[in-house]
Amino acid sequence: MTLPRHFTRAALGLCVAVSLAASPLWAGEVPETIRIGYAVSDTGPYAGGAGTTITPNYKLWVHEVNEAGGIRIGDRQVPIEVVAYDDRSSSEEAVRAVERLINQDEVHFVLPPWGTALNLAVAPVLHRAGYPHLAVTAVSNHQENLMSRWPRIFFFLSMSSHYAEGIVDMLTELRDSGEIEGRVAMVNVADQFGIELANAARERLDAAGFEVVYNQAYPPGTQDMQSIINSARQRDPEAFLAFSYPPETIAITDQAQTLGFNPPLFYTAVGTAFPLYKSRFGDNVEGVIGIGGVESDSEAMMQYIERHTEVIGQAPDLWASAPTYASLQVLQQAIERAGSIDHETVVAEMENGTFETVLGEITLDGRVYWEGWQVGQWQDGMFRAIAPMDRDGASELLLPKPDWR
Amino acid sequence: MAFLDALLNGLTLGGMYALVAMGLTLQYGVARIMNLSYGEFLIAAAFATYWLFQLHAINPLLALFLVVPVAFALNWLIYQVLLNPLVKRSRTRGELEVNSILATFGLLFVIQGLVLLLFGSNYFSYTYINTVVMLAGSPLAMDRLLAVGFAVVIGALLYLALMRTRPGTALRAVSVDPRAAQLVGINVRAASAMAFALGGGLVAASGVLVSMFTTFNASMGVVFTMKALIVVIMGGAGNLLGALAAGLILGLAESFVSTYVAPGLTLAVTFALFLLVLLVRPTGMMGRAEA
Repeated sequence: MTLPRHFTRAALGLCVAVSLAASPLWAGEVPETIRIGYAVSDTGPYAGGAGTTITPNYKLWVHEVNEAGGIRIGDRQVPIEVVAYDDRSSSEEAVRAVERLINQDEVHFVLPPWGTALNLAVAPVLHRAGYPHLAVTAVSNHQENLMSRWPRIFFFLSMSSHYAEGIVDMLTELRDSGEIEGRVAMVNVADQFGIELANAARERLDAAGFEVVYNQAYPPGTQDMQSIINSARQRDPEAFLAFSYPPETIAITDQAQTLGFNPPLFYTAVGTAFPLYKSRFGDNVEGVIGIGGVESDSEAMMQYIERHTEVIGQAPDLWASAPTYASLQVLQQAIERAGSIDHETVVAEMENGTFETVLGEITLDGRVYWEGWQVGQWQDGMFRAIAPMDRDGASELLLPKPDWR
Repeated sequence: MAFLDALLNGLTLGGMYALVAMGLTLQYGVARIMNLSYGEFLIAAAFATYWLFQLHAINPLLALFLVVPVAFALNWLIYQVLLNPLVKRSRTRGELEVNSILATFGLLFVIQGLVLLLFGSNYFSYTYINTVVMLAGSPLAMDRLLAVGFAVVIGALLYLALMRTRPGTALRAVSVDPRAAQLVGINVRAASAMAFALGGGLVAASGVLVSMFTTFNASMGVVFTMKALIVVIMGGAGNLLGALAAGLILGLAESFVSTYVAPGLTLAVTFALFLLVLLVRPTGMMGRAEA
């Protein structure tokens, strides 16, 4: 009995594969509405990140496009229609939802979920169905490998090592100019993102001859940071680097503040750029360094922050929000230039075009946006980009960080 | 002063674990409801506190006096409406446990959905007290100390109530053997409802206190349910002192391991201790053998 069942299953699988690979029926025509589907984490551990960075931007974009009449295809303005699901922060659920969006709801484009794990989970599904995949919040060191496997995937936040590089290069410059001696304490969350960042940072710190006085990982979801902060403080580092996720970023900052741990350079990773961080710590954010940052002289960026705050009722995250919004602008402009919703044509436009976005004029050279800011610092209530230090638009680093109040 | 830092930190952490687990030990130990939505009640209380504090400027300690009675009443109602039919239907304790697991699993999504609807999926956090107390040269956060203080007070009051009063004795009797309790004229249904509601009040109190120093979002309830479950089962279901001891042991173990070994192993040490206790005493440190 085993053989026939396997056989049927294989045959069924083959049929599905063939039907998925064939281009959808609607390719080539101009539809009444452009159906955009997404499955993001409304519940589960990723909900906080998705609710800050992803969903507000999808809503803002759809709101703005539809307010303007829609996306222009040829001589028609086609409004957007949205199909949305909750992936409950689970890979299986995300895959199922995306399959449903493609096969049952027959959406024309699928927008990505939040986070590296879920983006990698849905990538094969999107690839098989021939859909472009804007993997905005996916950050991985295996980017090149992934891009050769999935030819329609685009990255916007570069690689983990990019961010480690940013902060370590900054430290190196400070040491070379004699502003610090080079004692670094670092901690990281023990999941893919944290480990990749920490390993990349450790390697570069060692190569540059820094003295790493404390280096530990903690399990995801840890809220008690007192022992970590105390251990780090006892080693008197000049720079404290935490490759952390949002809840721990808050916990670390909060407990560093109460325990009076105030090294000249205080770095926390994901979440430092969140509006929550600013509202939680008020004036105490001054001088805190983190991942991301925005160009504070850019008018497009400031207008975007204003619109986001007005329409959504909360300020955007000042790291990945703008790239998320920019990815949607890229998609829209690519559709308009292609004059169709045919995936191959749209992908070709995205690969080769130059786009006007909230990040300024950008290109996706080799399907990656390379120009993202690596390090930002809270200065005068704005999370300003400070590294790469030699790039236009970078703000000056404030050193040492002022005392906690 | 790494040792003192670790010790004090472990005590505050352990006190918090004990506080979070005390309600569940009543709900599970006396009412025999394995409440999987326990953490959701904690998160709901945290959100209520946030809402009262940010929008109505009612400080979290005052909120305690608003949130806890409401939670008490609500849990009493939930027991009467949702759980009592299950109690009636179940012939054995085991059956009731399975039924209550399924029912409260559903309840989990209802509460989570409501919180999501009202507050969205973002992280929330606020500042109430962030002063530091110096204890023999070791800095300790005031808000945590306060939470532990409350845990001790609530625990002591509850312990006295259970040991020294007639209704408390009735609750304990039900926890030992509901049938025999009925024989001596104890209204088991009322006692169970009371225990469940008390547990609900306690979890709300811990939600209010925990919200003062943790970042929370609508989906984090399960984290607290898991921690509370471990503490309750380790301490012995229905045993307040057991929960207190288990909480403190876990807190201290985590803190020392984090300071002297590696922060990455805190989860591992929690589960190792849990396993060890279960291997040596399957009914928990202070639990008694099943009747």
